[in-house]
Amino acid sequence: MFIYLILAAAAILSIFPFYWMFVMASNHNSAINSLPPAFIPGAELVTNFKNVINTIEFFGAMWNSLLVSTITTIGVLFLCSLAGYAFAKLRFKGRNFLFFAILVTMMIPPQLGLIPQYIIITKLDWLNDMKAIIFPGLIDAFGIFWMRQYISSNVPDELVDAAKIDGCSHFRVYWNIAVPVVIPAFATLAIIRFMYIWNDFLWPLVVLREESSYTIQVALRGLIDNYVRDNGMIMSGTFWATVPLIIIFLLLNKLFISSLTEGAVKS
Amino acid sequence: MLEQIKSQTQKRRKFWNEERKEAFSGYLYISPFFILFAVFGLFPILFSFYLGFHKWNGLGEMEYVGLQNFKWILTDPIFWKSLSNTLIMWVLGTLPQIIVGIVLAYALNSAIIKMKGLFRVSIFMPYVTSTVAVAIVFGVMFNSQEFGLMNVIIGWFGMDPMSWSTSEWGVKVAISTMVFWRWVGYNTIIYLAGLQGIPKELYEASVIDGASVRQKIQFITIPMLRPIIILTVFTSTIGALQLFTEPLIYIGRSYREEGITVVLYLYREAFANLAFGPASATAIILFIIIIVLSSINVFITNRIGR
Repeated sequence: MFIYLILAAAAILSIFPFYWMFVMASNHNSAINSLPPAFIPGAELVTNFKNVINTIEFFGAMWNSLLVSTITTIGVLFLCSLAGYAFAKLRFKGRNFLFFAILVTMMIPPQLGLIPQYIIITKLDWLNDMKAIIFPGLIDAFGIFWMRQYISSNVPDELVDAAKIDGCSHFRVYWNIAVPVVIPAFATLAIIRFMYIWNDFLWPLVVLREESSYTIQVALRGLIDNYVRDNGMIMSGTFWATVPLIIIFLLLNKLFISSLTEGAVKS
Repeated sequence: MLEQIKSQTQKRRKFWNEERKEAFSGYLYISPFFILFAVFGLFPILFSFYLGFHKWNGLGEMEYVGLQNFKWILTDPIFWKSLSNTLIMWVLGTLPQIIVGIVLAYALNSAIIKMKGLFRVSIFMPYVTSTVAVAIVFGVMFNSQEFGLMNVIIGWFGMDPMSWSTSEWGVKVAISTMVFWRWVGYNTIIYLAGLQGIPKELYEASVIDGASVRQKIQFITIPMLRPIIILTVFTSTIGALQLFTEPLIYIGRSYREEGITVVLYLYREAFANLAFGPASATAIILFIIIIVLSSINVFITNRIGR
């Protein structure tokens, strides 16, 4: 019984901010800024959201986030599985050293190169350009590590050798034999990477300066920059920016949870 | 003529033998990482180290100033403030996370519980939100006015409203709460995975010996979970040292001292003050701190592993 109490309390505290976001997103400011504040949903959902659209380019920013996260994720899946395949199945000089070098890069905090990275992006003329997020986002040491582990233990050497004897090129062996086998590993990496890019804030804040290029994270910040704090509007923005993530999560929650535990426990 | 062509193709074949082909493919497949890393990783890092010893605003000439940037930062009280804030928020956010995470994982793992799936999904949900949204929502919850949600709640317990967004501890508690709320479910799930790896026989044996729940946790769960606990301490420490989004959203462009963190300090130096030199020096110091803490962590892990 006691266990239920703890779990129920934890579940409620975890969900409550979502509920409360919805309550405020659907209430008028006067109801929010009164004592006691509103605790049940109101009727201002549409009005508040209209105010959001008038304040920030909400749909544009959501689209930008979706675009950047999707392209980066697909790129990462391809490049990491390709490199993982090379490290797992191909023999070449310096293979172990190069793999070790990739692992070492995981120790480096991303802020260390922040300023020169910004200068490079400026020099490339990529400010306000999605490329500024996509290309640096393709470097993923963990992804290569993850793919190498998965490919070494799930793609049999015999299969690879047989395909080579039949005259398959190395790329065809990768594409036709390794890729179908690593689909589950793709799912894990895709989730981790997509969430990471979607949630990234510091880097987009630095390189995206024009409103039309904002990702949703940067755009949301625009909601709280006003002098007049319209909390109903602010909450409406955060609520609708969170809803798609929650829907995806609820649809895929088993995959989500198992993939993250795999990634965490094995590394 | 024919002979010549033959010998040439043979030579070519000799050069492109299977081994060479395989090695070439290998290098080709891993090259995107190294090319991208050279441009967006390694070069910027080396350049940061160079920049740390120069005075530069991003436009004019760079001027070599030796250790002056470091001296300047290390004598800047706000830098020390940002460092101590970061460490305080690390402790406030991380320690409860680990304790609560283990308790929740233990509860979720017990066999008698029904609706496990529902509890698991709810507890994990905070992880799947955008950081900025979380920071904004908690910012409104920790509103300093009387009708702010937290003030209403502490009012129920007979406490006076607090100025969450301006007081020394109010700001830190608010930011730590955001971090805690967002990550506790994530840690719970990881501990849960670890718990499921502990052999049931150990618990069964302890029941026969008449162990209490507390003893079971103390003598079986915690020791068996140790490697995973260390992993989570490791990742959350690195995460906490890089705290940026939550404090920036919560305290805003004022970069108020109560909540400024090391990365926020770095960001302010670079993009608000255009002092790229001191900002790079801050990045280098942050890097050193992370390396030191990581090494301590690896050292401890190795000792426990033996």
